[in-house]
Amino acid sequence: MAITFPTTPRRIGYRFNAVGAVALAVILFWAVIALVGPWLTPYPPGEIVDFDYFGPMSAQFWLGTDYLGRDILSRILAGARYTVGISLAAVIIAVTAGVVLGMTAAVIGGWLDTVLSRLLDALNSIPSKLFGLVVVAGLGSSIPVLIGTLAVIYTPGAYRFARALAVNVNTMDFVAVARARGEGTPYLIGQELLPNILGPVLADLGLRFVFIVLLLSGLSFLGLGVQPPNADWGSLVRENIGGLPFGAPAVLMPSLAIASLTISVNLLIDNLPTKIRDRSA
Amino acid sequence: MDRQVVSLVLGRLGLALITILIVSFVVFAATEMLPGDVAQILLGQAATEEAVAGLRMAMHLDDPAILRFLRWLAGLAQGDLGTSYANNMRIAELIGARLANTLALAAVTTIVAVPVALFLGITTAMYQGRLYDRTVNTLVVGIISVPEFMIATLAVLVFAVWLRWLPALSFASDVSGLLDVLRAYAMPVITLAVVISAQMIRMTRAAVIETLKMPYTEMALLKGASRPRIVLRHALPNAIGPIVNAVALSLSYLVGGVIIVETIFNYPGIAKLMVDAVATRDLPLIQTCAMIFCLSYLVLITAADIVAILSNPRLRK
Repeated sequence: MAITFPTTPRRIGYRFNAVGAVALAVILFWAVIALVGPWLTPYPPGEIVDFDYFGPMSAQFWLGTDYLGRDILSRILAGARYTVGISLAAVIIAVTAGVVLGMTAAVIGGWLDTVLSRLLDALNSIPSKLFGLVVVAGLGSSIPVLIGTLAVIYTPGAYRFARALAVNVNTMDFVAVARARGEGTPYLIGQELLPNILGPVLADLGLRFVFIVLLLSGLSFLGLGVQPPNADWGSLVRENIGGLPFGAPAVLMPSLAIASLTISVNLLIDNLPTKIRDRSA
Repeated sequence: MDRQVVSLVLGRLGLALITILIVSFVVFAATEMLPGDVAQILLGQAATEEAVAGLRMAMHLDDPAILRFLRWLAGLAQGDLGTSYANNMRIAELIGARLANTLALAAVTTIVAVPVALFLGITTAMYQGRLYDRTVNTLVVGIISVPEFMIATLAVLVFAVWLRWLPALSFASDVSGLLDVLRAYAMPVITLAVVISAQMIRMTRAAVIETLKMPYTEMALLKGASRPRIVLRHALPNAIGPIVNAVALSLSYLVGGVIIVETIFNYPGIAKLMVDAVATRDLPLIQTCAMIFCLSYLVLITAADIVAILSNPRLRK
């Protein structure tokens, strides 16, 4: 990230309640899988290993097999890095851009604030799924295009959120003092505003991550996400939707993987220690 | 209604107009990025260069993009939606019946979802912190956190695979009689209603709880009013504005939801038409569908804003 983090020493180590701890554990689990998943797969994810298709769960294939007879567990483990990686990259870009623009607008104000706000509001009034559909279809689906599109879609929201917080901080006395000292905009943004909005911004980042995972899955489900033979979790559901009438695990398991990740992030944010959450007040 | 409110509302409408202009530009620009030369695609690989050049001329494809944008916009404003590239039909004709189908789906979903969501939202606020509230809340967070297609797959599993009440994935083509209509609509409506209800319950509950923190509800509590009375007589009337706002905002989720639901259930609506148009690179059709979606979305969120302005004096500054 391009932002400098506050250098003031802060006690690390927060106390999480039980739900928050479980949620954090699930998130860390998927983060590790995203990093090392391809080395853990019991079978090569792209290879047909079962003569049957839509096989049930068995000792040999823990989560069953897909419409071609490929191992679902392997494909989910290998797909984690697409779902988690793309979403994480997109959310970091979106929030960084949104927060930097939002703080700049709050500090400088005037016409820059008006123009930025109007423009990003307009972008925000295009339904996200529609925007993703048209742009990804237009540019052709590739991982950089997906990351870029998702980041653009969620920048306005991050901007709005950060600007609202920054406007409040901007009226505080210590900002006025810094201004009177003659500090420039970059200093005001980095040293005065950012440390005071960082907590809520990080919680917002988590929420936006969930939205991005959902949108990415939706696009993949429509066939515009990660392209075969690779597959993220949304693509896995799309590929195997034909197994739905028999309730094949090939459809259910990737959906469950998505749900476990997104629900955990939501629960973690809802159960964040108040120390992190409420620094805006 | 005082003049200040009128000018605020007019300002909001003006903002919506500007937004439509920007949105239409974005939609136009995005579809312009679709790869491939349209004239070449229409005429096929065997076409001579002269034929391609002639068609480009006839379709004004060589004009600067800004000119084509203005021409397209002027056409839209006059109700001329253009012609589909794929089958040369008038877009208005292509869209007509499809749009009616989608609107029907949205209307039925709204009729089902709004009362249920309001009831659950208000009662959970009434019994905040009780088991009932926590159960509903957990369900709501679960629904909000999963993709729409997962709700759809769960609905299919429950109603088609386990209970065998409804057909699985195909939209019945031979619809005869009320029962068939019900069966055809049931699955898409269930899915969409669940998705938008979850948002609505969350926001309604938050709105009622917000008013429960007010001094006058505390006063009512001190007077010895019962819990339902506090919520229904004191909190609810003051929460009407935020609740209507929540309903309008939740309905805007329909726009994204139908894209997934129509695809998964093969429902012959405008979203399915658009997804198919993306596959065939049918620019004018995509542009028109995208504009319809953006417009309805914008109408809903503008309506939500205006309700918020009207109901909350503090927003009138």
